[in-house]
Amino acid sequence: MIRTPLRPLARVLKARQTGENPDAIERENIRLRHEEMRDKARLRAQGRLLVLSVFFLGAFMTVGARMGHLAASEPMEPQARASGSQILAQRADIVDRNGRILATNLETHALYAQPPIMIDKEKAARELAAIFPDLDEKELLEDFIGKRKFLWIKKKLSPEQKQAVHDIGDPGLLFGTREMRLYPNGNLAAHILGGASFGREGVHSAEVIGVAGVESRFDDFLRDPVNEGAPLQLSIDMTVQAAAERVLYGGMKLLNAKGAASVLMDVHTGEIISMVSLPDFDPNIRPRPPTEGEPGDSPLFNRAVQGLYELGSTFKIFTSAQALELGLVNAETMIDTKGPMVVGRHRIRDFRNYGPELSVTNVIVKSSNIGTAHMALDIGAKRQKEFLDSLGFFKPTEIELTEGPGAQPLFPKQWKDISTMTISYGHGISTSPLHLAAGYASLLNGGTKVTPTLLKRVTPQNGPRIVSEETSRLSANMLRQVVTKGTASFGEVPGYHVGGKTGTADKPLTNGRGYYDDKVISTFASVFPAHDPKYVLIVTLDEPTETSGPKPRRTAGWTAVPVASEMTRRMAPLLGLRPEIAPAAPAKVTLTSN
Amino acid sequence: MRGFLYVISALAVVALAFWAYQQNYATQQALREVRGLQNDIATQRSRLAVLRAEWAYLNRPDRLRDLTEINFDRLGLLPLMPEQFGLVDQVAYPPEPLLPITDPVETRAGPDTDTDDEEVQLP
Repeated sequence: MIRTPLRPLARVLKARQTGENPDAIERENIRLRHEEMRDKARLRAQGRLLVLSVFFLGAFMTVGARMGHLAASEPMEPQARASGSQILAQRADIVDRNGRILATNLETHALYAQPPIMIDKEKAARELAAIFPDLDEKELLEDFIGKRKFLWIKKKLSPEQKQAVHDIGDPGLLFGTREMRLYPNGNLAAHILGGASFGREGVHSAEVIGVAGVESRFDDFLRDPVNEGAPLQLSIDMTVQAAAERVLYGGMKLLNAKGAASVLMDVHTGEIISMVSLPDFDPNIRPRPPTEGEPGDSPLFNRAVQGLYELGSTFKIFTSAQALELGLVNAETMIDTKGPMVVGRHRIRDFRNYGPELSVTNVIVKSSNIGTAHMALDIGAKRQKEFLDSLGFFKPTEIELTEGPGAQPLFPKQWKDISTMTISYGHGISTSPLHLAAGYASLLNGGTKVTPTLLKRVTPQNGPRIVSEETSRLSANMLRQVVTKGTASFGEVPGYHVGGKTGTADKPLTNGRGYYDDKVISTFASVFPAHDPKYVLIVTLDEPTETSGPKPRRTAGWTAVPVASEMTRRMAPLLGLRPEIAPAAPAKVTLTSN
Repeated sequence: MRGFLYVISALAVVALAFWAYQQNYATQQALREVRGLQNDIATQRSRLAVLRAEWAYLNRPDRLRDLTEINFDRLGLLPLMPEQFGLVDQVAYPPEPLLPITDPVETRAGPDTDTDDEEVQLP
C-alpha cells in the first residue's frame, strides 16, 4: 500500500513561496484520507450486511419450505422405527376382571355403489336383492338409474356375502373396509356394555362410537391412541355373570315375573362383580329405543341402575342400624308393636299381628312396620335424612355407565313425620337396586362408605365412616337371623351363612294415586358370609307370582328369596368362597355295657 | 509432495462417494424390508384380532353350556357346587411302598376251587 504523505514537500515549498499556510495542506490531506477510509469501511459493512441477509434469507427459505412441505404432504408413519408400534386406529377391547374378552373389533366390509360406472344395473339390482332379502329390487334400481352418483347399500357384510357380491362382477359395486364392534358373548352383560354404532363415515373407514353403557361412558378412553390398544378392564366376572343371568332368568320365568334385576357387589372394594337386568338384548344388534309404551318395559332399560322402585322392608335395617348407632336402643330393647298405628289419617299395619312388643332384633326378623316406625320417630326426620344421605340414597350413583347420572332417586320434598315413618320401612322413597347394594355394602363392610364401581380395583375403598364396626356387626347378625328364623327362611345356603332382608312393596298405580293390589316389587337384599361380609347380592323381581299353593303368593320370602338363594349357591363357589362347615361337635364317648 | 496430497484427496473423494452411494442403496433396501415387515405385522395383528374374537366367540358361556349338555354322557360336567370344595384332610397320604423282597419263594397258584365259572374273580 502506497502511503500518501500528509505534507508533500513540493506543495509545501510552493505554498511557502506563495505565502500560504502549509498546515492547510496537511489538514486537507488528513480530510481526504479520512474520507477514503470511511468509504472503505462503508463498503465493507455493506458487503457484510449483504452476506448476512443472504444467509438469513436462506435460513428462512429453508424453514418456510419445510413448513410448506409438512403442511402439504400426506402424513406418513415413521418407517425406520425399530419398535414398529403403529398407530392403532381401532377401538380398544373391553375385558372382564380375568382378561376375557367382552367386546372386540372385527374387520368387515361395507358395500357401496357408484351408478355412473355400473354396467348392467338391472342385473346388479336383481342379484343384490337375491343376496340380501331385506333389500328391495325396485328401490335399488330406482337409485341406480336416478341421478345419484354414490350410495351405501350395506354397512356390514359377512365374508360370504362379500364373495357373492364380488361374483356379480359389476365394477360399480365397491367395498370399503370397516371395523365392526363385536360382542362375542351375545346377551351377556348387555346392559353394562351398551353397544356401538358408526359415527362419521368415509369410504375407507368409519368411526365407531359407543351409544350406551361403558362403551359410551368410556368412549374417549377406548378411542385414545395414547393407550396403544390397552383394553378397558371391568370388574365384571364373566363366569359369575353368566351363572347369574341363567339362574335369574329361570327364576323370572318360574315366578311369572315380567322383569328381574340383580346386583352382586364386593363390600370392600365396591366392585360390581355381576349386574343383570332382564329382559335383555343382544348388543350386536342393539334394538332401537321404543317409541311407544313404558320405557321401563323395553329390554334396553337397565332395571338394576335406571329402575327406581320402592324397595320396601329392605330399608328397615338402615333404621335399626341408625337407632343402634345413636345409642337409642340395643339389640334386645323392646319396641312397641301394637297395631294398627294411627298417625293423622294414615294407618300403619303389619303383615300380621306380632303382639304388643318385640325386641329390635325381632322387629327386623319378623319385619314389623310398626316397630320400625316407632324407632324412626325416636330418630327424627332430620337425623334419618342425614343418615340416608350419607349412604347415598338421595343422589344418582356414581356408576360408570351413561345411564347412571339419570337415575335420580325419588323422595318427598316435604319430609314430614309420616314420611319419616314410611321411609323407615322403605315406602315413599324410590331408589335403584344398585343404590340398595351400595347402602348394604356400606353398612355391612365394617361401616365405611363404598361407591359402586365397574372398574377393576384391588384395594378396599376405605371411605368415610358411616356406622361403627359394632353396629355393622350387629346389623349383619340381625340379617343372619332373618334367614335362620325369619321371613327369608328359604334363603339359607349351607356353608355360606347368608344373611338378608326381604322387601315386598306394592307397585304404585300409573296415575300415581295409590297402589296395585296384585302387583308387587319383591326384593331380597342379602349378604354372605354374614359373620365376615364379603359380598352383597340384591335380587329384585318385578310382578312375581308364586302359584304352587292354593292362593297366589307374592311376598319376597316366596319369590325373590329362593331365586337369590339359588344364585348364591351357584355364584359363591365361582367366586372362590369355600363353604365353611360348622365345626363338628367333639366325638362323645358313649358308655355302653358289654 | 503437494501433488501427492491432491491425488490422495481426489482418491478419498472417490472412495467416499462410492461408500455414500452404497449406503444410500443399502438404506433404501432396509426401508423396503421394514415396510414389508410392518405390513406383515399389521396383517398378523389383524389376524390375531380375528382369532381372539373367534376364540372368545367359541368360548362364550352359552355355547359351552350347550356343549356340556350335549356331551354330558362322556364328560359328566355339572356346575360348580359348594360340595365340590375339599379339605386337605380329605386327601389320603400315598400308600407306603412295599418292603423289598429279599428271599423270593417260588409258588404256583392253583385254580380257584370255589368258583365254577371260568372267569376268575379278582379279590
